[in-house]
Amino acid sequence: MRRCKKCGAPAVIYMRQHRLGLCKTHFLEWFVEQTERTIRRYRMFTREEKVLVAVSGGKDSLSVWDVLVRLGYQADGLYIALGIDGGIGYSAASQRLSEKFAAERGLTLHIVDIPGEYGLGVPELARRSRRGKGKPCSVCGLVKRHEMNRIAHDMGYDVLVTGHNLDDEVAVLFGNVLQWQMGYIVRQGPVLPAEPGLARKAKPLVRFYERETAAYALLRGIEYIYDECPFAQGAKSIYYKELLNRLEEDRPGAKLQFYINFLKAKEEGWFRDPRAEDGPVRVVLHRCESCGQPTTAPGKCAFCRLMDQVGARPTTAEA
Amino acid sequence: MSQDKQEKTATLQLRDKTYTVPAGLRIREAIRRIGLTPESYLAVRDGELVPDDERLRAGEVIRLIAVISGG
Repeated sequence: MRRCKKCGAPAVIYMRQHRLGLCKTHFLEWFVEQTERTIRRYRMFTREEKVLVAVSGGKDSLSVWDVLVRLGYQADGLYIALGIDGGIGYSAASQRLSEKFAAERGLTLHIVDIPGEYGLGVPELARRSRRGKGKPCSVCGLVKRHEMNRIAHDMGYDVLVTGHNLDDEVAVLFGNVLQWQMGYIVRQGPVLPAEPGLARKAKPLVRFYERETAAYALLRGIEYIYDECPFAQGAKSIYYKELLNRLEEDRPGAKLQFYINFLKAKEEGWFRDPRAEDGPVRVVLHRCESCGQPTTAPGKCAFCRLMDQVGARPTTAEA
Repeated sequence: MSQDKQEKTATLQLRDKTYTVPAGLRIREAIRRIGLTPESYLAVRDGELVPDDERLRAGEVIRLIAVISGG
């Protein structure tokens, strides 16, 4: 029987990349301590700053919120109701779990209702637009990024936190490396600094494997939405995660090394803009002429262009 | 399932699917045998999380929790 490295009790998890087995008590303790170390290592935020956690009702976002509150950070939640049903009432169930989590802990949860706010839910926005070709994931990502940034900015939060874990990051990195998408590769990291009109973004769970964030939620008794988003089936990110897990199976630590060595190479300056004398590759940002949020091209941002295209308009002024 | 067979096998349960696997195997190996990637699952025995290098006991049911999410 595998034993806890700290106390010798039966282990509940063995993390092959760290050669570390831990019991329930010491795993929960380790997870919280490691999150704090990650926050400090990448200078994500301090206890004096106001943190907004993007909550989806899933294991990662609820776990990161749970940990931040335990560590004494000023963390509120933001749930974006996307209007996805998929025959299982997906958005409704996610919202209920997020609200339950917040209520049980006496935490503040802001809710943005996309169909209520713009007259259309994400599936309908995707159907009416040319973006996504029947798959609403691209529209969904665009809407979430825009709304998270809007609320963080309008409500005066210093930093926007997401529950991205190492598997999420490695899948994105892998996909971008396959295409050599340098603009995206160079912007990827555990913390993205604030830019005018763009909140700082931080990912405190970025050094945990996905099975560890799931184990944390399970062991902490966090009730999360287990069903996958009905539109996620066949998603490229899930395919990459499966591929990378097969690699990890044969080479424990492969995912961790891929990510950590990427960050190291970035820090050492291997990613530089060929057009600039020094400094990393940078994307020039403009101000959207409609909503004011930063955008990579002059004129309107992708979100406002989408809304124009489908004829959706904000139905309320306030979130 | 006959008593004899139950003594030599264990069950892996994933959502609404069940898989009969030989008892005595490590959970990790059993997950591989049913064509899945062990890294993508957690194993729960009697409501408690267990490391997947534990050996399967005859007649027991191990619940598998898929950990991958995204889209």
